[in-house]
Amino acid sequence: MAYVQQVATIFAKDLRAELRTKEAINASLSFALVVLLLFSFAFDPTEETTREISGGLLWIVFAFAGTLLLNRSFARELGNDCLDALISAPIPGSALFLGKAFANFVLVMAVELIALPLFGIFYNVKWTSQFWELMLVVVLGTWAMTVTGTIFSALTVNIRLREVMLPILNFPILIPALLGAMQLTSALVAGKPITEDNSAWLKMLIGFDVMYTAVSVVLVETVLVG
Amino acid sequence: MRDKILFVIGVAAILLLARDINAIIDLPEERNQGIIFKIIFFHVPMAITALTCSLVAFIASIGFLITKNFKFDAVAVAVTEVGLAFLAGNLITGSIWGRVAWGIWWAWDARLTSALVCWLLYAGYLMLRRAIEEPTQRATFAAIFSIFAFIDVPIVIFSIKWWRTQHPAPVFWGGGSMPKDWYALWAWNVLAMMLVGFVFTAVRLRQEEFQREIDSLRREAHAI
Repeated sequence: MAYVQQVATIFAKDLRAELRTKEAINASLSFALVVLLLFSFAFDPTEETTREISGGLLWIVFAFAGTLLLNRSFARELGNDCLDALISAPIPGSALFLGKAFANFVLVMAVELIALPLFGIFYNVKWTSQFWELMLVVVLGTWAMTVTGTIFSALTVNIRLREVMLPILNFPILIPALLGAMQLTSALVAGKPITEDNSAWLKMLIGFDVMYTAVSVVLVETVLVG
Repeated sequence: MRDKILFVIGVAAILLLARDINAIIDLPEERNQGIIFKIIFFHVPMAITALTCSLVAFIASIGFLITKNFKFDAVAVAVTEVGLAFLAGNLITGSIWGRVAWGIWWAWDARLTSALVCWLLYAGYLMLRRAIEEPTQRATFAAIFSIFAFIDVPIVIFSIKWWRTQHPAPVFWGGGSMPKDWYALWAWNVLAMMLVGFVFTAVRLRQEEFQREIDSLRREAHAI
């Protein structure tokens, strides 16, 4: 029980810190908007073409905007040596990691849930026909992104070129998850429910989430303490 | 002693390669593909060597995290660099083959795409190493990333296979097989590539050890 409480404390602390300044989430939101806008120049945004590539488009927006948030996750703790204080706090590294990962998850989800209707408005796409299945895919894909993003955020926090290194490390690792999420999202936005054909992607996405959560929880102590 | 063994293995690798190349030149042209098919004698062994390298890097990374012995870290970086070079060779030869056989330099075929993703993963590993100054931290973080990357390799390969089976893929080899003596020649070339990879790794490993020695001497000089 104490463990859950420790995770919750870190989670609440991170959310509070972010919501009081709102610096990362504002940057992330406006960046998502800019990328959504830029895509309208890249191709002719008729309803047909947009539906076809909606998965790729949305997940590229989510991944880029999410990276901005994830970068701040540990970098925020650098001032006043907060990171050292957190590491020396009497909680296991995995609790610190999970608390931060959940907080990042909520923040990234918030940006995505604002970007999604905006995408629908800008591109005249009715995306809600398979709403709950789409939400399931968004949740699974976002968790994949936040779990590897949080551990790499911890990995890159003290090194040179921090902002550049995170996407360079995170995106190639994420390719299977992003690929699965893109395939499913395109189908769901087009109004096709998840069938036997593409349920393999869903399984892969769940497998990716479970595996990387486990590996991260095991290795995070080494990342933080050395 | 170590140098002598390395030298002998290196010479053996060169002789074996020379013999194989000589034999490959003498092979007749394949009926459908013509002379370009001979690239397979280098293309596939390079892929096998690169995969072996990533496995060794994974084991060495775990070894480092458990023992904190820098020898494992040196093995991991040496073998990753060599594997990356072999994978690059594999991608380039594949691209040349594709240009002749398919008429295009690049197709988003399952194997090509997965090879490229793996290349990017391990290039990220080397970039991460460059960005960290402190040796212990560098070795630890690189080992962790190497483990993440190695776990990703099978998922990447399977997911991209699924992705591609939903689309029409370019015709690939048509499930043909090679005559037995060609196959033996091919297997010999796998061995040759492995030996080349081994020698490269050993040389790079020694360089890494010297680097560490220089660093520690420099620190000592600073301390005085």
